[in-house]
Amino acid sequence: MSTAQANGVPDATSVRPEGDEALVRVRDLHFARGRKKIFQGMTFEVPRGKITTIIGPSGTGKTTLLKMIGGQLKPSQGSIEFDGQNVAKLNRKALYALRKRMGMLFQSGALLTDLSVFENIAFPLREHTDLPDSLISHLVLMRLHAVGLRGARDLYPAELSGGMARRAALARALVFDPMMIMYDEPFTGQDPISMGVLLELIHTVNHALGLTSLMVSHDLAEALSISDHVVIISEGVVVEAGSPEQLRASPSEWTQQFLNGSPDGPVPFQLPAPDYAFELLGTSTATGSDR
Amino acid sequence: MIDRVARFGRFWLDALERFGRAQLFLARSLGAMPSLIPRFPLLIQQLYASGVMTLSIILVSGLFVGMVLALQGYNLLQGFGAEAALGQAVALTLVRELGPVVTGLLFAGRAGSAMTAEIGLMKATEQLSGLEMMAVDPFKRVYAPRLFAGFLALPMLAAMFSAVGVLGGYLVGVEVLGVDAGAYWSNMQSSVAFVEDVCQGLIKALVFGLVVSWIAIFEGADCIPTSEGVSAATTRTVVYSSLSVLGLDFVLTAIMF
Repeated sequence: MSTAQANGVPDATSVRPEGDEALVRVRDLHFARGRKKIFQGMTFEVPRGKITTIIGPSGTGKTTLLKMIGGQLKPSQGSIEFDGQNVAKLNRKALYALRKRMGMLFQSGALLTDLSVFENIAFPLREHTDLPDSLISHLVLMRLHAVGLRGARDLYPAELSGGMARRAALARALVFDPMMIMYDEPFTGQDPISMGVLLELIHTVNHALGLTSLMVSHDLAEALSISDHVVIISEGVVVEAGSPEQLRASPSEWTQQFLNGSPDGPVPFQLPAPDYAFELLGTSTATGSDR
Repeated sequence: MIDRVARFGRFWLDALERFGRAQLFLARSLGAMPSLIPRFPLLIQQLYASGVMTLSIILVSGLFVGMVLALQGYNLLQGFGAEAALGQAVALTLVRELGPVVTGLLFAGRAGSAMTAEIGLMKATEQLSGLEMMAVDPFKRVYAPRLFAGFLALPMLAAMFSAVGVLGGYLVGVEVLGVDAGAYWSNMQSSVAFVEDVCQGLIKALVFGLVVSWIAIFEGADCIPTSEGVSAATTRTVVYSSLSVLGLDFVLTAIMF
């Protein structure tokens, strides 16, 4: 029995989309930072060719999970397979070869500040290929056109708005034709127009290029509108996984709290704390700890 | 009491663990040096950033240090009627000691702190993670060019510091205080040996260049990726580099001279 099942929540594998081969398989994942346990037996799959969104409370390790899939962090137990390869077992050379097949859009964009938008997007090509400048220029312009930033090619990252920086970063993530793109909070801090543009881009790019997308987001309405598969995580385990429709119909209190944004529920409003009356009045109550 | 002992022990264990990580970091950076051959423009760029951009402060400081040396040396030597040896005193002091040491300290303050802040900000803005996810090794793209540039730049800057210092000494000693120009240059020429003085000064500068760049780059890469973390790392770079330069100067002097 997995930890998720042991905790009384459905195991992700039990709601795996039928007929879909998984591109990423996370199995019994354990990870801790110091004494804090981040993952305690997490298991789920990312179906190939679909948009999968991971949602969960802040500080639950969503970005850490993306870093582990990208091989930047290693699990203390369990495994992460990307296209059949165990990411944690790869040596540096094999890991770098694997990363060429996955792109990542960071929350900040992570554009190199000393390079123009054009050079940022050309950067992976210049690093990994011997393509002539004319071909690199064509490839970069095609990607810039796809994200609507052909007119910003000579600007530097400091001259871009947050939304433009993420679009430029998306163009860079796409330039190597990856199998999968991971998005870390792509909508955070975006105005409605930028958010709409990013939503449309993620959806279009995924289906037009036949990619697999794995997204971490707090913007539930937007993320669910384009997602094919959703994984809810909390306290180091998968709470529930399935299509947005399945989750909306779920009887799970955890799932309903996330989807409805309820302030209190299985994820408590109050953090564990000493007795409230005792702290205020200096006298203990019979009820013990007050939530 | 036991708690204090435990904290003391933990402090030293943490310090040792960090020093070990810094050594592994240096080993990986040195291992990435061959990758600079196809990335030669990156090295030039870093030589410009750490070397050329530090040149003005080095030249101005060298000039004043040479002038002060001439002033102090003249007052001292005049008491023995040996003011003709001023050129020798100024040149040996600069080439053996003050050239490499003061350049090392100024380099730590100007270029070292800039390296730490730049790399720390790259970490805070996820540029380093971004490089890794693009399958680009930061050791090859970011750390090795800066380490090698610092290693090359500091000896060149130290040589220029000493040269300008000698000119500063000439201006004050010969032009202002009236020491004979021929005596100033000829004493210098006859007493400063290329291998014993110039080359050994150069070795000091190479060591300082490597150590200061290593500290600066490691502190940037190892910092907590917040504004406070970058600020603290920059301070640590200047403090550790300055202490290392002064400590290593003593060790190298004891070994070589």
